[in-house]
Amino acid sequence: MAAHRCSYSALLLIVCSLSVFSVADSQETTLAGDHHDTAVDDNPRTDTVTAEQTAEQPAVDQRRWEATEVEEATLDDADTDTRDSIPPETAVPSSVPHPKDDFQEELVIRPLHSGDIYASFQFRTLWETDFMRGNKVSHYRLFPKSLGQVISKFSVRELHISFTQGYWRTMQWGQPFQPSPPGAELWVWFQDSVTDVDGTWKELTNVLSGIFCASLNFIDSTNTVQPSASFKPLGIGNVTDHRFLRYAILPREIVCTENLTPWKKLLPCGSKAGLAVLLKSEKLFHSSFHSQAVHIRPVCQDWQCKTTSWELRQTLNVVFDLHTPGQGKREWSLFKMFSRTLTEACPLASSSKIYIDITDDPQGEQFEVSPATPLLSQAMVLGDRRTFSVYDLTQQLTFGTARSLNLLIRWKSSEGEMLRPLLHAERYVAGYGLQTGEIHTLMYNNHPYRSFPVLLLDSVPWYLRLYIHTLTVTSKGKDNKPSYIHYQPSKDRVRPHLLEMLVQLPPNSVTEVTVQFERALLKWTEYTPDPNHGFYVGSSVISSLVPSIVAMDTNSTQERPLFSSFFPCKEESSYFVRVYTEPLLVNLPTPDFSMPYNVICLTCTVVAVGYGSLYNLLTRSFQIEEPSPGLAKRIANVIRKMRGVPPL
Amino acid sequence: MATTEVERRRGQLAALSIAAVVIIVGVPLWWRTTETYRAWLPVSQIKELANMQLQLSADVEVVFARGTVTPEQQKKVPLTQTQDEEHTVDEDTALRYRYETKYRTATIMEEDALNQPTAAEADLSLHTLSESPCGSLVVYVIPESSSLLPEDVDVYIGQRRTALLRNGAQMRVGRTIEQLLAHLEPRLKQVLQVMSFSHTDITAALSDRVRLSPGNKESIADSMRSFKSSPGYEITFSLLNPDPKSHRLHWDIEGSVQTYIQPLLTKLAPVANFSIDSQTLYYAMLGVNPRFDSNRSAYTLNCDSLAHVINPVEARLGSNAASSNPVLNFLLYAPDAHHSPLYIHDRKKREVPSNAFHSPRWGGIMVYNVNGFYGPEAVFPVDINIDMTRVMGVFLAQLRLLLGVQSPTAPPGFLVAPCSSTGIADWELDRLMWSRSVENVATATTTITSLAQLLDQIGNIVINDNIAEQVSSAVTSLQLAVAELEAGNLGFALQYSKEAILASERAFFDPSLLHLLYFPDDQKFAIYIPLFLPMCVPILLSLLKIVSEARQRRREKQAKKD
Repeated sequence: MAAHRCSYSALLLIVCSLSVFSVADSQETTLAGDHHDTAVDDNPRTDTVTAEQTAEQPAVDQRRWEATEVEEATLDDADTDTRDSIPPETAVPSSVPHPKDDFQEELVIRPLHSGDIYASFQFRTLWETDFMRGNKVSHYRLFPKSLGQVISKFSVRELHISFTQGYWRTMQWGQPFQPSPPGAELWVWFQDSVTDVDGTWKELTNVLSGIFCASLNFIDSTNTVQPSASFKPLGIGNVTDHRFLRYAILPREIVCTENLTPWKKLLPCGSKAGLAVLLKSEKLFHSSFHSQAVHIRPVCQDWQCKTTSWELRQTLNVVFDLHTPGQGKREWSLFKMFSRTLTEACPLASSSKIYIDITDDPQGEQFEVSPATPLLSQAMVLGDRRTFSVYDLTQQLTFGTARSLNLLIRWKSSEGEMLRPLLHAERYVAGYGLQTGEIHTLMYNNHPYRSFPVLLLDSVPWYLRLYIHTLTVTSKGKDNKPSYIHYQPSKDRVRPHLLEMLVQLPPNSVTEVTVQFERALLKWTEYTPDPNHGFYVGSSVISSLVPSIVAMDTNSTQERPLFSSFFPCKEESSYFVRVYTEPLLVNLPTPDFSMPYNVICLTCTVVAVGYGSLYNLLTRSFQIEEPSPGLAKRIANVIRKMRGVPPL
Repeated sequence: MATTEVERRRGQLAALSIAAVVIIVGVPLWWRTTETYRAWLPVSQIKELANMQLQLSADVEVVFARGTVTPEQQKKVPLTQTQDEEHTVDEDTALRYRYETKYRTATIMEEDALNQPTAAEADLSLHTLSESPCGSLVVYVIPESSSLLPEDVDVYIGQRRTALLRNGAQMRVGRTIEQLLAHLEPRLKQVLQVMSFSHTDITAALSDRVRLSPGNKESIADSMRSFKSSPGYEITFSLLNPDPKSHRLHWDIEGSVQTYIQPLLTKLAPVANFSIDSQTLYYAMLGVNPRFDSNRSAYTLNCDSLAHVINPVEARLGSNAASSNPVLNFLLYAPDAHHSPLYIHDRKKREVPSNAFHSPRWGGIMVYNVNGFYGPEAVFPVDINIDMTRVMGVFLAQLRLLLGVQSPTAPPGFLVAPCSSTGIADWELDRLMWSRSVENVATATTTITSLAQLLDQIGNIVINDNIAEQVSSAVTSLQLAVAELEAGNLGFALQYSKEAILASERAFFDPSLLHLLYFPDDQKFAIYIPLFLPMCVPILLSLLKIVSEARQRRREKQAKKD
């Protein structure tokens, strides 16, 4: 096999070196190509018969192929003719086709109360096409080809993938625009035409791991679940049969530059223009929290939903820790954060905007934004009405005389109270020893007077054997009976535990869910390379409709900033929130890995000793032997022999 | 004395029975439990295949039109004639070409068809009369006086599988039929070389198996240019727009693929499956900076730097996520406004008129200058419609080259009919199918034999049933393909050879055959020795003792007798 590979690389080398030769070839191509030119150009000059022929393609082709031996002398003037004659024809394009795809980019910057800066990038590509029906989609413009092929090959209805480094601290930072758990998370709704969902899912994860340079190939049946209620499709389509849903989380996944590069490659402008020039990995990964995601879903084109289109949303959220001691002044700028400034919008984007959240500081008392912008916008986001300063990058005016935009915020005072997030959650493992333990999940409802239901999803690997009879849900010291419980027990080495329940959280309370577990002994090949580090258990997911302070906007097709339009809103009085808890790190009983060799040596010795003595007992014959006389006696006997006296 | 003798006897018996138990129970048990599962492989058949004797048969029908043979000659016309040609390529590869020639006179309908005014029309109407199967040829011998062919042309090769051959001037009526046939023979041979397989093509197809002596540079470049045979190809057209701020490019790729590329691919469907897609890449730069030529006020790319163009672009192209077939890339590069116009120069520092080049087994790149489409006063971005006829002309030519459809150089006196709208003549397709089937057979046999060798060398690789199944199906398909080639059924031969290559690759690249998964023998015994050595040494020693005692007793007995 090695030899095979070797020959491949040799072949590659040859191919590379041959591309130098290819000019010789190119002449051939050239010939073939340009008598076509001559064919076209000659037409007006020579005769009307050929002019008619050009009108129909086959005739053109015939000429192209036939004239392989056109002499070169005529080519040059023909070529110059081409250049002279064509412009008047095509300078004014007859009909510019209406593009069926649309690209928008935006950046939201929100100063956090903790002194950090939250920057959220969103890039949205809308494409009016139909992957669902049988027709093959194969001509891509703004939509990335690799993802389009994945959607059509695996009949994906919706795909959500996120890579996150760090944990989002809800209590300090508030709710994020797009929540994501630490590590990698992937959930996919397949179309109902898929027959072998598990096989397709396996293949899909492998392909995605190739596209995003991530270890998604570690997703297998032992960490895949089919949630029955927590993950509903975010796009259109009312298929809610959870047989077509797969959800997996890899809490151990480490996100770094190699994941960012392929993610940036999916953008039409790459990192060459527009907001994406800010995405430099050396700054992005020097942050408290980094999360990048890709969401693909079908959405409605208009409010009547007559035509559908595919939406690709690429989001990147990052929290910069700028409140480092010793820095003195509290101020930040685009250049300080990303070591770049903005000079232009992506020319392909229909809208390119920067929003700065100034809700907490309407009068400019706390901080000052420069350059100042007259544009203000209000948006309903996460149950709150928030005010933003808007910078429209498609307007040349935004960049000013310096032709570059470097936003700057200077703090004047650091006062201000943050509104406590209405819902947040945490989780930990309790217990001691390596045999049993207890998982505690705490859910906080900070609403002063309203209770609301939440859906808790817990996916626990099989090697923590949950004692489901010990499951207790208590709030305010009283037993809180969940109104819906969906529990799927695990199977060793096959599938994880899945626990979903609908719990009503009373106002201003903490609800605690506890369940005990036993740690299983793994086979020695099942341990990870550093087993003493512990085993990760993915975050629990809490999804809820939280009561809103202001009336939410239910029209999903209306023009809105991207950050406020991700989760569809069904009713005005509440908004959808998803909260992820911390992942758990659990120690499992870990053997000494040099043990197998020791065991082999020890057993062999024991067997050899035991077997040897048994064998001797069985085969040796025992007889009484005269004890040999002592040394003194022997010497005495020798002397006696010499003297001729009989021995003793 | 007697008791010690009994004791000794008992000890010997115990030692013997322990040895017996170890040999009868222990060794088979150990053998069984450590045995690897190895399914049966058709090794003898694989060995047979390794020694490849290929026979290629082509049916040739020679039809005499009225006026070429006299009635007396007609009676003596032999019905069939076979010609064999043998070539030994190397010690275990031999080729044999068999042409089965059938002779007959033209039917009335064919005579009518031959009376058409031009050769092209005659070709078309002959085709409608009867469709000859894949891989076969029909040669019509027409009288010298026929007006179908121009003066200096003796042979006309049509778009299908027919050729018109003008009877030589010196062949007047009155010679014997043998002389006539002998006279026709060299011309016929030339026709066959052009329209059917030729030895150079077939040996080039065997290049995977036989290391050919390096010929001239030209022929190596020819054989390296086209893609290796594969059951499918992905064709990707990419429009590279490095400057979306100034140029807004529009290309009607969907329509032009339908018009230009699809007919060719439909025709090539028996050879491989093709899938087409296209994409637009923005801000995609070439890897080299073109030089400014002040004489012509244009930028130029020298042929030496073309090799460096591809790599940076390739990073953006993206691999195909949906399949593992080879990808043919066709790039259309519209230089940015500040580097226009851009021309490619060949080795002689002349402009390449099509402004395109291709890289063997990778694809083609065409530079499309758009600066001529707008004046200096234009407002950026400019909308530009790309002239797809021009672009597709170049890409189609490159596609033909990369797929290995190449027309042989016709000998003097030959007139090859121009291509139809499909871009490929039937006989060109036949040539491609001949060389593809031979290539497939050669590749599949190499894969299967090297797999068999590998499995033979590494004794403890597990051979699962599915691998054995793939191997046997590959072997069966190979045998069928060889048999079909021998019988001259080109279509079936190609089909079977494709199946063979698929099955053999699947077997070869099966993950369970990764030999790093298995311990080498010395490590295994290092673990066994601490267990085996203390157990076996006492048994062996006591056996040796018993044997030596027995021998001594026999000697004593003999001494007593004496």
